[in-house]
Amino acid sequence: MKKYDAIIVGAGHNGLTCAAYLAKAGKKVLVLEKRHVLGGAAVSEQIFPGFTFSACSYVVSLLRPKIIRDLELTKHGLHILPLETTFNPYLDGTYLLRGVDAATTRREISKFSKRDAEVAPLFSQAMAELSRLIKPIIDSPAPDLGSLKPSNLFELLRMGRILKDAGDDWVAANLKMMTMSAVDFLQEWFESEKLIAPMSASGIIGTFLGVRSPGTAYVLLHHYMGEIDGSFRAWGLPKGGTGAISNAIASSARALGAEIRTQAGVKQILIKNGEAKGVVLENGDELSASVVVSGADPHRTFLKLVGEKELEPDFVTQIKRFRMRGSSGKVNLALDRLPSFKCLPGHGLHLQGDITVAPGLDYLERAYDDAKYGEFSKKPFMNIVLPSVTDPDVAPPGKHVMSVFVQYAPYHLKEGPDAWPSKREAFGDAVCDVIEELAPGFKSSILHRHILTPWDLEKEYGLTEGNIFHGELSVEQLAFLRPAAGWARYRTPVAKLWMCASGTHPGGGVMGTPGALCAQTMLSEGAV
Amino acid sequence: MPKPTPFHERLAKLNEAYAWKEWSGYYAPCRFETNHIYEYTAFRRSAGLLDVTPLFKYDVRGRDAARFLSFVTVRDATKLKVDRVTYCCWCDERGKIIDDGTITRLGDDQFLLTAAEPTWRWLMHLARGFDVTVEDVTDRIAVLALQGPKSRDVLKSCVQGIDFDKLTFFGSANGKLGAAPVRVSRTGYTGDLGYEVWCENAQALPVFDAIVETGRSYALRVCGLDALDMTRVEAGFILLGIDYFSAPHCVLDARRSTPFEVGLGWTVQLDREPFMGSASLEAEKKAGSKWELVGLETDWEDLERLYDAYGLPPSLPGQASRAAVPVYLEGTRVGQATSHTWSPMLKRYLSLATVRADVAQLGTELKIEHTVEYDRRAVKARVVKKPFYDPEHKRKP
Repeated sequence: MKKYDAIIVGAGHNGLTCAAYLAKAGKKVLVLEKRHVLGGAAVSEQIFPGFTFSACSYVVSLLRPKIIRDLELTKHGLHILPLETTFNPYLDGTYLLRGVDAATTRREISKFSKRDAEVAPLFSQAMAELSRLIKPIIDSPAPDLGSLKPSNLFELLRMGRILKDAGDDWVAANLKMMTMSAVDFLQEWFESEKLIAPMSASGIIGTFLGVRSPGTAYVLLHHYMGEIDGSFRAWGLPKGGTGAISNAIASSARALGAEIRTQAGVKQILIKNGEAKGVVLENGDELSASVVVSGADPHRTFLKLVGEKELEPDFVTQIKRFRMRGSSGKVNLALDRLPSFKCLPGHGLHLQGDITVAPGLDYLERAYDDAKYGEFSKKPFMNIVLPSVTDPDVAPPGKHVMSVFVQYAPYHLKEGPDAWPSKREAFGDAVCDVIEELAPGFKSSILHRHILTPWDLEKEYGLTEGNIFHGELSVEQLAFLRPAAGWARYRTPVAKLWMCASGTHPGGGVMGTPGALCAQTMLSEGAV
Repeated sequence: MPKPTPFHERLAKLNEAYAWKEWSGYYAPCRFETNHIYEYTAFRRSAGLLDVTPLFKYDVRGRDAARFLSFVTVRDATKLKVDRVTYCCWCDERGKIIDDGTITRLGDDQFLLTAAEPTWRWLMHLARGFDVTVEDVTDRIAVLALQGPKSRDVLKSCVQGIDFDKLTFFGSANGKLGAAPVRVSRTGYTGDLGYEVWCENAQALPVFDAIVETGRSYALRVCGLDALDMTRVEAGFILLGIDYFSAPHCVLDARRSTPFEVGLGWTVQLDREPFMGSASLEAEKKAGSKWELVGLETDWEDLERLYDAYGLPPSLPGQASRAAVPVYLEGTRVGQATSHTWSPMLKRYLSLATVRADVAQLGTELKIEHTVEYDRRAVKARVVKKPFYDPEHKRKP
């Protein structure tokens, strides 16, 4: 039997990144993917002939510049298209369009609050400063609070120094961000609900929390993280869909010597005497490797692929407590023509950026109410992009693709998750009804509809409970707590088993960082 | 005062940024929105339409036209086939470069020469003894550049009478766009798949409208010079007055260059009848050149370190820059970088530079001046292959 230095379970963008870095270091690497396409949730699929969809994840915002450079991803086909504007249509016929340029944004916000218009750039600046404080934290492994190893103490010292240098104001601001709700935090800055509502919505993406739930302010920061890379500009729409990122990483990994197999699902991670030895495929084949790296989420990795019996009960409890509870779905549409919004008819700048449907705080809170009681939102929060406006290759000439991220769609319906298939169409209808209300005639432009509920995300893409981030991105599940205290540095309690995906620090968002940091940690510790 | 081109009426309506500049006596749009990034993206990922009417254009015809252009330029125009285009430059008697442009052979005895600067007098000056007439048609012919991977799809859908699958790189053909006769050449200044569409002024607006209307299905955008400037640097194309200077306009002889020194050595065809500058060029080819035009890539990590020392993230202009800065090797100036752009496509900061021939080898590590917070510093830059961006579809049939 061919022996590998490392077998990586799952060809998501993190698994592929990890593979590429290990291959670059001369290791013999095999990546195993269950599906017929690469990318996991960072995937492009022609679900409807001629239309290419970013089936799940749909924008790139935090893909780390260093990874782009190290793996020469532009040479391997990565191209990030601009996504500059944010358009917020409201149900009362008004709208807000930000991001065209500073003066236009100021005038636009002034429609609702002259004061907010002048505060907005100050807020952006503050957020960018905070993000820069956080940069060293997201670009390196999380320090281990429980460890007295000199390297960890050094890490902690470095984090402490970053905060100390930042000054008291920043520490206070940071603390507020960690604890407050998105709405409370934003209300300290702004007065107009027209601005606060869509801004607060970015605090709930991928969480099972409402805009008024404590802790949601922190996620707002992720919106400004792009700023930390200055002119590098690693955010936007991936040309050819999000799968193009994964394909570029895969192409780089292959060029570096990694082997990637599709339709090779892993049934089980082989463990002997508490040590990972290899994997068993769904077809029964056994493959052995010096190290196994899991690109699956923590639940799937430990509770399914490893199995509880191989683990300490305390650790199992911790993993079970690590909250997945997916709260969002995705509707991908093939359109015959572009939508025309009632509040801003016709085509223009507003269709080439992102479109956020978050018309009011009560609207968002009611959307959350539905979810709390086990139903999908009748009127959901939506984040829409129309990639074909800038990328003509994803649709036939004159046609378009629309990607709609929808929240809330709780995995745990009151009838249970398995009720989702029977509610899928009704969920899609709710989404299309809201868009129709904002853009009359929209429904008649739909050529094809592809609906992904959290149940589908679990069944098809292997995301436990449909959580798009491999575990909620809430403060208590980040850094040295991701996925469990003491196991935040890609190692696991099973010897020679590592984790490399979004369920580890620094989390989801198509950053590639967990994959890269996992590989770097393994290499620097001589684990492979 | 600049004057409007035949497309101005349409361009003015689209130009929401009100950003214009003067180009050879015409109003030329810099960009149509406040941010030119979507226009850049159109050039690289769909199709960008640019008014290039201000190029100087000369109709050269007569029994000796081919011989005449072979004498004026470094190219042997007698070898150019009808309906083919060639890129070339021309020099003074010392082999110092005056200008660069394209020659299209329209017929056995008819050519069209483009130039960046007024060239009629120079052509007439050299025309003595040749059976040739030179007419300045700059103000009579309107030109649109349609550049980008979707440009062929757009033209296929709206131009009649041209087989675009047979129109090869640097080919040219006559066709019709609606009722308007047009000449289409597979040429451009972006280094991508692209075409230039030539028509009489009177046909300009219907031609423009038809291309824009067809282009709607292909994410076509009308583009300005800001986006063009980024793509031409990525393509490694030099610009007169920026990357080199026209010999007759130079005060210092050191400013004058030869084709070999500006990367146009490949256009020089020496094995033929003597032509303007040929003796000097032949001698230079034997002895070697003093300078070389190279591509430089700024080391991003070094740039990050430099900015980090000031507590800042790296900040680069969003537009291509034409600010010439010194290039150093171990503290000694060995040349200058004259055009720069951040490439959103390649995620690299690129410059075109003229450096001493002995430090021009690929991979040579130099330093390039970079200003941070009013301080003039230097960052590492490596000599890299040019063109920086060279997609396969540019030449593909």
